[in-house]
Amino acid sequence: MSKPKVGFYWCASCGGCEEAVVDLAEKIIDVVGLVDIVFWPVALDFKRSDMEKMKDGEMAVGFVNGAIRTSEQFEMAELMRRKSQCLIAFGSCAHLGGVPGLANLYDREAILRRVYQEAPSVVNPENIRPAVDTHVSGVNLSLPEFWRTVKTLDQVVDVDYYLPGCPPPVKLIGDALGAILGGKLPPRGAVLAPDKALCSDCPRRDSKPEKVILKELRRPHEFLADSRECLLTQGILCMGPSTRSGCDAACIDANMPCTGCLGPTDEVRDFGAKALAAIATSIDSDDEAEINAIINQAVDPVGVLYRYSLPSSLLHRRATGNTDGGSSK
Amino acid sequence: MSDEKNENKPFEPRIVAFFCNWCTYTAADLAGTSRMTYAPNARIVRLMCSGRLDPQHVLAAFREGADGVLIGGCHFGDCHYQKGNYRARRRYMMLKRLLQEMGIEPKRLRLEWISASEGDKVQKTMNEMVETVRKLGPLRLEPLSLNAEYYTDQEMFSSREGGPQ
Repeated sequence: MSKPKVGFYWCASCGGCEEAVVDLAEKIIDVVGLVDIVFWPVALDFKRSDMEKMKDGEMAVGFVNGAIRTSEQFEMAELMRRKSQCLIAFGSCAHLGGVPGLANLYDREAILRRVYQEAPSVVNPENIRPAVDTHVSGVNLSLPEFWRTVKTLDQVVDVDYYLPGCPPPVKLIGDALGAILGGKLPPRGAVLAPDKALCSDCPRRDSKPEKVILKELRRPHEFLADSRECLLTQGILCMGPSTRSGCDAACIDANMPCTGCLGPTDEVRDFGAKALAAIATSIDSDDEAEINAIINQAVDPVGVLYRYSLPSSLLHRRATGNTDGGSSK
Repeated sequence: MSDEKNENKPFEPRIVAFFCNWCTYTAADLAGTSRMTYAPNARIVRLMCSGRLDPQHVLAAFREGADGVLIGGCHFGDCHYQKGNYRARRRYMMLKRLLQEMGIEPKRLRLEWISASEGDKVQKTMNEMVETVRKLGPLRLEPLSLNAEYYTDQEMFSSREGGPQ
């Protein structure tokens, strides 16, 4: 019997997800023994044309990491979808939009202006910007279109499963590969991680009071947090109450708050809104001025609440067409 | 929301109102039985308590086409569940800050305490809210569709419904 074929591709991402695959360490040798890797441009010498030559559905599983931000990434996502029987959104960016998704706080013009004109390290007196079509010495050159809005993988193609995390924890990758090879996958559309909040697996769980009381908000670099106490009770915005478990609380072990990379649990539609509800409810004040003062201690609320999930949120991006919207940026 | 699209009609704000069962919804009932007239722009959703309002409800309303969202609950000390309205206020205040950062005018979200006997306050608040939102104009959220990626800013916002769908 021939081995099932698998392929990997990356879109708008940092490469950490590929690193997570390599982090399987010696287990990867078992995996390579069981499957045939037929596409993985970042690690092996495959070209787009190799994939185009395949029959539709020839790959058993396709793993795509990274958000979708250019027309080329969209084309590759479609190609991966067509050639794979099962498509897995791998990592926070493909799942929820990820850190690149925070670009949705700005419009295309502002991003290009910043990167090609205003950034302190840029010298560009002719104001040259990448263009979709460029005509140079009788030759037409083309580049992919830079989209207005960063999208999640499932906003552009059908996705069968999600492997969450930034990057996905090695244990979850191993479990997912085991489920795929053993034919024990849950119903289509599932997130391949436990459906419970991180707090329930947190090593500091016993120090979390039944009712968390926030009197002030602090950031991890401002003081040395007690390494046994619940971080929320110390005023650090830990996303544990609203984040899916499955990471063995790695950040908490390093005395850093959860930032929410595994995304929400199944019943939550909008991660940031749910986290906001949890935080706001815990603020210990009934005085309007005092509540405002505590809220204003939260620096960059969108970056905290939607660090990995802005494109998948209900609003998807910052609205740019309204009169006085968002003047604070 | 299923309002018919009519480019020639002047802008009519669409408001979603979340009213608590014990005070504000009852007040709206009172306004009705007292034959008070007010702007018909709101769709009222009854919740058991303003504290039940999840920030997701507000964002979903904006995403689905609301131009403004009004929240109504009991005055402090009157909450049927004692502290629900205090919670609602804390979430509302933080949500306002989020809306600002997300490019949505914070005035599109309003919270008002209206007791069961204040039918006239429902009338006044509704009228004010509709006028505030009318002045702001339609909420313009970018559509998610793929072909929207190939439109210019001008094309994106050329129509009432926020451009290509």
